[in-house]
Amino acid sequence: MPATNTIRIIGHRAINAVWRIGLASRFFFLTLLYSGSSFRRFRLIIRELFSTGVLSLIIIIVAGLFVGMVLGLQGYETLKRYGSESALGSMVALSLVRELGPVVAALLFASRAGSAMTAEIGLMKATEQISAMEMMAVNPIARIVAPRFWAGVISMPLLAAMFSAAGIFGGYFVGVVQIGVDEGSFWSQMQAAVDFREDILNGVIKSFAFGTVVTVIALFEGYDAPPTAEGVSGATTRTVVTSSLAILMLDFVLTAIMFRGN
Amino acid sequence: MVEIRDLNFAYDKRPVLEGINMTIPKGSLIAIMGLSGCGKTTLLRHIGGSLKPTRGYVKVGGQVIHELNQDGLYVMRRKMGMLFQFGALFTDMSVYDNVAFQMREHTDLPEEIIHDLVLMKLHAVGLRGTYSLMPSELSGGMSRRVALARTVALDPMLIMYDEPFAGLDPISLSVVGDLIRRLNDALGATSIVVTHDVQESLKIVDHVYFMADGVIVAEGTPDEIRASDKDYVHQFVHGEMDGPVPFHYPGRDYRQDLNLQV
Repeated sequence: MPATNTIRIIGHRAINAVWRIGLASRFFFLTLLYSGSSFRRFRLIIRELFSTGVLSLIIIIVAGLFVGMVLGLQGYETLKRYGSESALGSMVALSLVRELGPVVAALLFASRAGSAMTAEIGLMKATEQISAMEMMAVNPIARIVAPRFWAGVISMPLLAAMFSAAGIFGGYFVGVVQIGVDEGSFWSQMQAAVDFREDILNGVIKSFAFGTVVTVIALFEGYDAPPTAEGVSGATTRTVVTSSLAILMLDFVLTAIMFRGN
Repeated sequence: MVEIRDLNFAYDKRPVLEGINMTIPKGSLIAIMGLSGCGKTTLLRHIGGSLKPTRGYVKVGGQVIHELNQDGLYVMRRKMGMLFQFGALFTDMSVYDNVAFQMREHTDLPEEIIHDLVLMKLHAVGLRGTYSLMPSELSGGMSRRVALARTVALDPMLIMYDEPFAGLDPISLSVVGDLIRRLNDALGATSIVVTHDVQESLKIVDHVYFMADGVIVAEGTPDEIRASDKDYVHQFVHGEMDGPVPFHYPGRDYRQDLNLQV
């Protein structure tokens, strides 16, 4: 009965997926519930901000720089056809602030900090460090998960801003310094086109949402990982894949809500 | 101190513990022995409150563990200590911070007093000089001793040891065994050691329980165990290859597997 088996397997996977979504939601709720102690001991969050935020900075800035440089080149080639080279600054800035900054920074964050969080927590579980903490009457969600969650949520918008800033500089370098677009036009068009609420604030909201989603996925996958080498490796892979898909899907939803009719 | 009555536990429908009864008096040091998968660690996890029985109960200090809510369980766990199989030291903290962890989490002691207490605990296990090292810089035996110092950091009334001798060289094994006995007597605590190591544990414990397939098959003082004529105990204590625990895993007929005609 191959057909019955296929249906059974699909059903099993669907139930499993719903079950995991439920577990992840419960995990997220518990993380929020036990966040109080993290804020009372803010040094825990600061320590995690260093490992999730500061240590991701180099990759974010370098990637931002190159993305901005490519935007400068491609944008110039396209705008030149319409005689609108002077709009290069606004094109680079809007692309980065609205879309590429939050999305690419979040994808890089998921690969760099998200995978590290999953591996770290998965390994803590595999080596019984989480069980040891529970046996010491210390809630691991409050002590391990919540500080990392808030560090991820706080650092993501900052990293996205850094990415956009580096990208704008990359676009400026290629467009103005290398190709020779007028510097005044580049900056003034950018200043005129970019709206604080419509563009920058929406970009910040996006990166905040991405930071929340990526960090919850990374922490949940680590916490839920089977305590074996294969389990941790599988969880790390799932973090990157699930986070990346979640970022892209969420980006579409948020873009549709934010920029509808503009 | 610990009273276990008719303790039953099953994963799904597979029974792991069946009708376990134990009485562990205050101040005693007992060993629970048996083959891997016989339910020893599961029993320990019931005493620590990590698992709930399907029937029966575990009482510690007069309180039924599975009836406690999370706050009650955490209060109880502050009076317990558990040494995990490979120490479960927090790998992102130094030896000093590992031992100080519970003091910082559960007490308002000033840092100067914590400093003195940590050094005293480390001195008791002979590793005062390692306080600034990271767990990755310690040998297996040293990790176990640091974990022991961390376990007794708050002078628990009940100390549980999950395979404390696993993977240790003969000197470390003897040192850890000796420390378990000395710390139990010095703290006036009650200790439960789950182990495979017959010779070392028979040297230090007051009473031994043998488990097989989720039930207690034998018990007695170390001398009674050494002199036991029960097949299972005899095979285990003397490390015999075949006996009630067969050498061969059950399988098809050997001749059938080799395609031999009778």
